[in-house]
Amino acid sequence: MVKIKEIVVPGQLLDEGKIKPGQGAYRDRADGKIYASRLGVPLKRRDFINVIPLTGCYLPKPDELVIGIIVDVAPSYWIVDVNAPYPAVLHVNDVPWKVEFGETSKYLSIADVVLIKISRVSETEQIQVSMRDRNLRKFVGGQVIEIQPTKVPRVIGKKQSMIELVKRYLNVWIFIGKNGRIWLNGEGKSTRLAIKAIRQIEKEAHTEGLTDRIKEWLEMNKSENM
Amino acid sequence: MEKIKLIDEKGKRIDGRGAKDLRPIKIKVHPLNRADGSCYIEWGTNKVIASVYGPKEAQPKHLQDPLRAIVRCNYDMASFSVDERKRPGPDRRSSEISKVIGEALENAVLTNLFPRTMIEVNIEVLEADAGTRCTGLTAAGIALADAGIPMRDIPAACAGGKVDGKIVVDLRKEEDQAGDADLPIAILPRTKEILLMQMDGDLSEKEFYELLDLLADACINISEMQKKALLDRYKQEEDVEEDKETEGKKTENKEIKKEEEE
Amino acid sequence: MSKSVVSAIRKDYLYKLAQDGKRMDDRKFDEYRKITIEPGVITHAEGSARVRLGKTEVCAGVKLELGEPYADSPNSGVLITNSELLPLASPDFERGPPRENAIELSRVVDRGIRESGMIDFEKLCIEPGEKVWKVFVDLYVLDHNGNLFDACALAGLAALCTAKIPFERFGLGKDVPLPLATSPPISCTHVKFNGALMADPSLDEELIADARLTIALDEKSHFRAIQKGEAGSFTLDEVKEITKMAQSNVEKIRNIFKKAVKR
Repeated sequence: MVKIKEIVVPGQLLDEGKIKPGQGAYRDRADGKIYASRLGVPLKRRDFINVIPLTGCYLPKPDELVIGIIVDVAPSYWIVDVNAPYPAVLHVNDVPWKVEFGETSKYLSIADVVLIKISRVSETEQIQVSMRDRNLRKFVGGQVIEIQPTKVPRVIGKKQSMIELVKRYLNVWIFIGKNGRIWLNGEGKSTRLAIKAIRQIEKEAHTEGLTDRIKEWLEMNKSENM
Repeated sequence: MEKIKLIDEKGKRIDGRGAKDLRPIKIKVHPLNRADGSCYIEWGTNKVIASVYGPKEAQPKHLQDPLRAIVRCNYDMASFSVDERKRPGPDRRSSEISKVIGEALENAVLTNLFPRTMIEVNIEVLEADAGTRCTGLTAAGIALADAGIPMRDIPAACAGGKVDGKIVVDLRKEEDQAGDADLPIAILPRTKEILLMQMDGDLSEKEFYELLDLLADACINISEMQKKALLDRYKQEEDVEEDKETEGKKTENKEIKKEEEE
Repeated sequence: MSKSVVSAIRKDYLYKLAQDGKRMDDRKFDEYRKITIEPGVITHAEGSARVRLGKTEVCAGVKLELGEPYADSPNSGVLITNSELLPLASPDFERGPPRENAIELSRVVDRGIRESGMIDFEKLCIEPGEKVWKVFVDLYVLDHNGNLFDACALAGLAALCTAKIPFERFGLGKDVPLPLATSPPISCTHVKFNGALMADPSLDEELIADARLTIALDEKSHFRAIQKGEAGSFTLDEVKEITKMAQSNVEKIRNIFKKAVKR
């Protein structure tokens, strides 16, 4: 039997003490107590009580790596869908090429998939992204899947342990965007297994002992494959 | 014409319920694949499905609030949900209900976290038997939580009224049509703040407060069912979904083949 | 969050899979997703059905009303088919009057029912030229994950096959089952992209399709309704290949259908 972590729902009492409300939690001014605002797993960290959400959209933060899809092209910038509530802007100054005015679509066109970095999120949630960094690029080949953005940390694992496990066992290239998009490239069968493993992690994100179970699963499927 | 008796000498209603009893309620969380959050409720004969999309950039742009998210509700009744076919699409009644439900839900959502966005709530009544706005709002509350929308609490709703001179909760169609008053409310269960309240009919001050108390209790019961349904989804996933995953395609093929053989 | 833009990578990947004879969900080119038909789900409707085709879901309801016949057919009942692409079902669907897509969908389903002669319209006449039954088939799309044509057609047919004439509600006597003449034609939808032909398109396959072809076949395997959609084209050989796929699938789907509606 798989052990499930405690799950709380919005409005549920989390703490009455001096601790502060973090992500997924709020303090009710009327009674001073802290309640959950999201469906998720409660987690105390230093002075804060958080609720690690099980579901929900991606909210961009500076320096996060995400996988975007070009959805519009203008003479001096591109509009990128980063799987957030708001589209992001990629300006010609923030790409590694020298782009003349009006020649943007020669470099990136609609439906292209890019690995980019969130560079700025303004007060009113205007998002700017950049491609000027090592490894940032347009993807060619492979495939992209989408998972719940809230499950990304679990798929990556502590110090990348989970995803390294999958990569090592199956020998597949994997890039995980913080926004829940994952790019994979490798031999057909192994890629399919990698996707299955990722889906399994996504589904069981709220359970204990997940790394060991995934390892077992990979071991089993890998030997079957040979 | 003689009036039908809706409450007998023992205080039992036509379906055998007492004054405070709810009709049976069945909740399914996340029945839909495309929507970000969804919920299906069978409440007596009512069958309602709710979905949530967002938060997403509010369109058209003039709707955007630079400081907070707006909650837009589309309440709609299927043409075949009632005895006489209803013309499909929005009408004045559904527009009004959409507005009051949207406003009620907006109160529960921590809208300041998503400026300029819109959270879209769709409620489809597949079968109606009085109390559809409350059923819809209760379903929408679950769908919002399922979509991961931050909220102060999950809103719950219930209607009540006066039938044969007695105060009762959760009217069914016969009681709604022949009764003397109808009072739907939605609350935040934890603080009992009232988010939605409409009324028509005739209630004395005493009756009104008596009914309001009963409805608040009913909403607390409904709230417990909402929470249980949300948590059950993550418990059941182990047993149910894992089976699907391991057997997957094979079972599906087998089933089709089985059907062929028969 | 849920956008219907197919990325260049996804498109290339689907093309590449198709070249190897594969599909994203491991199906064969001529293979349907799992079909479940649940009739009689709405008690207020004269007939109803909820149909799931993979993750696509449609709820259909039949209502009957009394009304005047059309002047050119005074002895026949009237059929009105309508589909609602609910905003519930997809982030791309909006509230409001039906657009082109919903109207095409309604009309294709309508044709499959009307031209097949499955409903005995003469028996729906009460007073010639004055009073006939109007049969409303309303299709509500709840979850759009590709191939609404087949899901809606099945839901509409299943709702009709389990429908009754509501004499009681109109104080005209006892309810009777809707008179149906023949077994209904079953429709199969196919798409073509990058030269590959596939039955029962998923949402992604539908979004990248060059052309779409729906064929409805009756029990004798005669063509009863056809609709070609999208800007691409089919060669005659491709039409023949699709017909072959449809012939084998129609039989399987008809069995599932018959079992579900017990008719």
